Amino acid sequence: MGALYEKLRQDIRFVEGLTACLNCGTCTAICPAAEFYNYQPRKLVDILQTRDDEKLMELLKSDTIWYCGECMSCVTRCPRNNAPGLLITALRSLSQELGYFVESEKGRQQLAIKRTVGHWILRYGYCLYPSQITPENHPEQGPVWEWEFQNIEKVMERLGANYQKAGPGVLRAIPQEDLDEIKKIFDETGGTARFEKIEDFSKQKAEEMGIQLDDGLQNDYIKHIYTAVNKDHTTES
Amino acid sequence: MKPEGKRQIWDEYQKDIADDNYFYVRSCVRQNFFPGAEKTFLRYMKQLGRNVFENPSHTTCSGIGYHSDIVPFETAMTMVARQFALMTEAGYENFVTSCITSFGLYTEILETWEHFPKVEEQTRVHLRNATGREFLKPKNLAHASDVTFKLRKEIADAGRYRLVNQDTGEPIRVVEHIGCHYSRMFPNKGVGGAEYPYVLVGMIEEWGGEVIDYPERRHCCGFGFRQYLVKANRGYSVSASKKKFDSMKPYKPELILTNCPGCPMFLDRWQYAISEMEGTTYGENGQGIPVMTYEELAGLILGYDPWDLGLQVHQVPVEPLLEKMGIPYDPEKKFLDIDGNFIGKPKSPSFLKFY
Repeated sequence: MGALYEKLRQDIRFVEGLTACLNCGTCTAICPAAEFYNYQPRKLVDILQTRDDEKLMELLKSDTIWYCGECMSCVTRCPRNNAPGLLITALRSLSQELGYFVESEKGRQQLAIKRTVGHWILRYGYCLYPSQITPENHPEQGPVWEWEFQNIEKVMERLGANYQKAGPGVLRAIPQEDLDEIKKIFDETGGTARFEKIEDFSKQKAEEMGIQLDDGLQNDYIKHIYTAVNKDHTTES
Repeated sequence: MKPEGKRQIWDEYQKDIADDNYFYVRSCVRQNFFPGAEKTFLRYMKQLGRNVFENPSHTTCSGIGYHSDIVPFETAMTMVARQFALMTEAGYENFVTSCITSFGLYTEILETWEHFPKVEEQTRVHLRNATGREFLKPKNLAHASDVTFKLRKEIADAGRYRLVNQDTGEPIRVVEHIGCHYSRMFPNKGVGGAEYPYVLVGMIEEWGGEVIDYPERRHCCGFGFRQYLVKANRGYSVSASKKKFDSMKPYKPELILTNCPGCPMFLDRWQYAISEMEGTTYGENGQGIPVMTYEELAGLILGYDPWDLGLQVHQVPVEPLLEKMGIPYDPEKKFLDIDGNFIGKPKSPSFLKFY
């Protein structure tokens, strides 16, 4: 058993998620990601059972661990109580901890998620926030959302929301002292450290790739990782 | 008498749902995309004489961040512990969440603490250090749909409309979509479990509709967290929804009823996107299949005005369903602000029929 495997075993989600896989493939049969990507949870669990650090490092640097949608369909159906979806959460945590995530196209996308969802959690107290869901980035939202986006205050008021105002209700302004508590929770529990690692490793990678990256969202690196599909992720390659 | 056979198996998937005095926490997705649904839930709870309390200091549980893997488990556990602390401080013990991702996360965390008491203790230390707060675990954890399921007969009794075609007398044909994190990980925490979830079926049957089975009924809507959040990955998301639409279309559903806040958004928006991409529509005569949350449907049954429910912010128009059910609506009021002023109308899609 190598050092990497030992690190994985420190994550209780890994301990809970891997009992003994008999390679029946039920998880792959039920998996929405396996239908779309070149991805098989059965193969992933098979690699983990080898406890081989070399294979594990390859996995942590690969696109493979980023294909799962964490729907947890595999958990319901596994006849041996394994949870490949839970193993993915442990693998992704370790990949970010060690900076391996920047070695794959899908892994590099973590910076875009951190600078959107991550920032919205700390700034607004919500994972999503309407003023940030722009029709430009979300054309699939369609003309009704575009109309709503352009008239957000009036639409929210019409529908009984308390948008950006004090007190309870939909999309209320969360008091600053509560946002301060969230920040302290992130500082205390490793959330801030995770964010910093995503930033630091991404900045190194952007420099290595020669793509411009600043602290915002309007830069070449963010645009690249948010939209790039430079390899075929759907078939064996 | 000791239950045996199927009765015994079924008993494992019954759920104890509190009857009153709920501490309510909201959903990030539902607040953004279906704000009227949460307003409606609180409205019918009040109408039915139930006490629901909301503390404005509650926040996201961080679930979307956790499942897109930017938020560590320790952070998510402490965020959840803070919500429990707010409940404890307010003197409540029945915790109700509007969000399925949250419900799944709360369940996962409570189970983790059950199996790893030291992790719970560490979370308590984290919360104390960061906020000075302490918490009790909820005595009853429910999703808002569980509560609506529990009250489904009271809603039907107080209702003005039913899921019945007023012209033919036939039940409205409904497909239901549960949302993965409701019970896939912990089947015994959801009404009916993961294979035969009954939470929405119970409402549809009670309110007069017919539940339609179809091959991909249990397939994910395709959110996949990072698979939707990042533009480059959205092919995953739309293909999962398309698989469901293609599978349900031959059974001619007249309504898609949803449990999770994210699923109705995807099943609504991807119908539009697919129509633009391929010219394909899934309802009758170029229409889409209307998609609703259970709160919105309960509101319709109770006779609330469709535009008070927020049905105007759906991309797939709901008017065909309203007409079948005999529910009156004023098309002139669809796009008005709170003062009755017209605020413009969304553009019509290229193929999907719009009203």
